Amino acid sequence: MSEFNGEIRKMMIILSKATLENVYAAFVLANGARMEGIEAEIFFTFFGLEAVHKKKLEHLHVATVGNPAMHMPTLLGGLPGMEALATSMMKKEMEKIDMPDVHEFLDILTASGVKLWACKLAMDMFHYKKEDLYEGVDDVITVGDFYKQGAGLGTHMLFV
Amino acid sequence: MEKQICGKVIHVNEEGYLTDLNEWTPEIAEELAKEYDITLSPRHWEVLKYLQSEHKNNVPLSIRKIGKSNVVDIKEFYALFPQGPLKISSKIAGIPKPASCL
Repeated sequence: MSEFNGEIRKMMIILSKATLENVYAAFVLANGARMEGIEAEIFFTFFGLEAVHKKKLEHLHVATVGNPAMHMPTLLGGLPGMEALATSMMKKEMEKIDMPDVHEFLDILTASGVKLWACKLAMDMFHYKKEDLYEGVDDVITVGDFYKQGAGLGTHMLFV
Repeated sequence: MEKQICGKVIHVNEEGYLTDLNEWTPEIAEELAKEYDITLSPRHWEVLKYLQSEHKNNVPLSIRKIGKSNVVDIKEFYALFPQGPLKISSKIAGIPKPASCL
């Protein structure tokens, strides 16, 4: 822990899920890093890509099934409209605490200097093109490229 | 805690934030800015004045609010105060460290 006295210099965050609670977790962590003067980069892979997909990013949902913190029977969570209901309730609460929506949050992240990377393998798998993605995405890169981005002392990597 | 700056004694907390805005002077701001290698420009002053007036009105500060302030956008805010714009600008402005994650 001698490097920079163990200080964190860069956060490399991998977002692999598209549920609202995970997307916000990754975004808040990246933004919070920048606010402390720590560099931050996000690698969007698998379903995480939906958070930067132009047509999908406004329609992300909270998970009501398989989410014990919802305190709701799994059967109930699977009913039609449950996810939409839970999502709209969560969005209302977020607005109250001044939490931006996904698109505005991406604007804040890019303005704050957070680098956004799309995973090449996942892009190929979902047949997405760079032009399908939010315009602030820096590039489509491989895992190896992402690791190179994280080179240097004081880098921490986080999987969401 | 007491801190000697510009030939004066001011009161600060353990992180170096002024505990009494009345002790703040523009000269103190310039000295505090130097600790972050920042030379205050007219744009810096506009932001600092805005932060102080928001603080006096008891408005909690966040990056998002500052981005919507029409005083400075987020990109310029980071350019003016690198290494943590909200906390550094607040310290220079003599107001408490904002307890915000956004």
